[in-house]
Amino acid sequence: QYFLLVNQFSIQAATVPKIPAALNRGLMDPGMTECQYSQISTVASSPMESQLGKKIPKRKWQTFPGRNKFYCNGRIMMGRQTGVFYLTLVLIVVTSGLFFAFDCPFLAYSLSPAIPAIGAFLFLFVMGMLLRASFSDPGVLPRATPDEAAHLEYGINSPGSGGCRSPPRTQEVVINGQTVKLKYCFTCKIFRPPRASHCSLCDNCVERFDHHCPWVGNCVGKRNYRYFYLFILSLSFLTIFIFAFVITHIVLRSNQTGFLSALKDSPLLNHSDTVLEVVVCFFSMWSIVGLSGFHTYLIGSNQTTNEDIKGLWSSKRGKGNYNPYSYSSVITNCCAALCGPLPPSLIDRRGFIQPDTPQTLCFGNSLVSLRADCDEADDLLFFFFLLHPSLLPVSLASWPFSHDSCLPLCVPHSRSCSHLSTPSALVLESSL
Amino acid sequence: MAETHSLQDIRQQASVAAKVFIQRDYTNGTMCQFQTKFPSELESRIDKQQFEETLRMLNNLYAEAEKLGGQSYVEGCLACLTAYTIFLCMETHYEKVLKKIAKYIQEQNDKIYAPRGLLLTDPIERGLRVVEITIFEDRSTGSGR
Repeated sequence: QYFLLVNQFSIQAATVPKIPAALNRGLMDPGMTECQYSQISTVASSPMESQLGKKIPKRKWQTFPGRNKFYCNGRIMMGRQTGVFYLTLVLIVVTSGLFFAFDCPFLAYSLSPAIPAIGAFLFLFVMGMLLRASFSDPGVLPRATPDEAAHLEYGINSPGSGGCRSPPRTQEVVINGQTVKLKYCFTCKIFRPPRASHCSLCDNCVERFDHHCPWVGNCVGKRNYRYFYLFILSLSFLTIFIFAFVITHIVLRSNQTGFLSALKDSPLLNHSDTVLEVVVCFFSMWSIVGLSGFHTYLIGSNQTTNEDIKGLWSSKRGKGNYNPYSYSSVITNCCAALCGPLPPSLIDRRGFIQPDTPQTLCFGNSLVSLRADCDEADDLLFFFFLLHPSLLPVSLASWPFSHDSCLPLCVPHSRSCSHLSTPSALVLESSL
Repeated sequence: MAETHSLQDIRQQASVAAKVFIQRDYTNGTMCQFQTKFPSELESRIDKQQFEETLRMLNNLYAEAEKLGGQSYVEGCLACLTAYTIFLCMETHYEKVLKKIAKYIQEQNDKIYAPRGLLLTDPIERGLRVVEITIFEDRSTGSGR
């Protein structure tokens, strides 16, 4: 069967004018016949690797299907638009910098040196929390492997039918007495767990999705909610602190020398800095303190911003409507949100891609995993798919179809391959 | 009756016949728990009791990882006070339990599942969505071409 496969391909290759170099190298390699003939090995070192030469093992973040940016070789993960995040950083650093440079010396001398010390601690805490909230994985759910997706698509309850049926859009589950609907995510090909939501900006399903925060440059979800909350809480303290002490500074100076001369005597630079600090702090104070208050309420009632906005658990929806996730007391809710166990990242950004597991690098692996029990007709279908110019990926990491278009190729062998959807249908599906 | 295979044998020689996915059980909320219902595809391969025992143990381990109690609060507060820098040198409780789970699954595979031509995949490799059980072809019945 495999020999037949290679022969068909060579016929196809002769008729198609262009094949990208990477694909060509992988498929036309003379050693391919040998490794295709051998059975599937789950051992990492497959013959294909050594014959293709120096193949640098890729880390999983390099082929991550979501719209995220990765830095430091996968250690740092952020959302796509990071411009506003840099604005946040600049605002905080500049305002605090001005405070430490121009107000602190006076205050340390005339009041107490504890003021700059507390200020410094607050500033470092704010920066630490901001960076943690921005750089960590919010709780992204990895997309379904082709086997799982196929299992869902072909019907969970009718494994023998082999019929190609799209999965039901919702599943109902009773959680602590409340009926909750689990929605099917067409992009990630999974039924979203309760409280999870798909972020359209990052193109990922995120667990306990709160909201996508542009100021932080990342989604706020299960794993970084506490950092986000501590960030806004400490930032409110910092803004109030700076605002209060800048005003104190002006008041004290004016007491010493008279108000107008306090403003006149100090060099122009000082004056404008003070004004800048006061303005920034005043305007941001209201929004940040307000936001902290809002999130304190959310934590106490164990809801996400998403749920609160939709009014999912509000009593207005019905008499028996209550939040099934809330613990018995407000204190338990707070402790759970802030001091609960920290779940690990599910996407394993820095792990190496195993050559045998069907992940996003489908085009390379699918040939090795293509089964001998597929019909001839399906082999032709596969090659049409592979060689159709519009489906050839420019770069596997960014092409939206590269992951989904491999789906029929990695279908478990117990199912007949003749039930694969046509290329056009699959393209439509992956564009959802 | 199925031939007995060792885990190495399975990985190197057998071919995959089917995969069974055990889904999550959300009846107690968002805690990581898996359904203990015995799938029909495994009826010929493994004892129902054994399978349910494995899953029950897994569920207990995950519950232990996510437990809200004195230890997790202490860890959380300490971490907060050190601005989470403590996790640069220390593993979280959850990670420790995940290692325990990985060891347990490895042990179950070696002792119980591999000799029956089955392989349990650690749920963490599937994003804690499913427990994937790979059913390998029975060499005695043979279905290769």
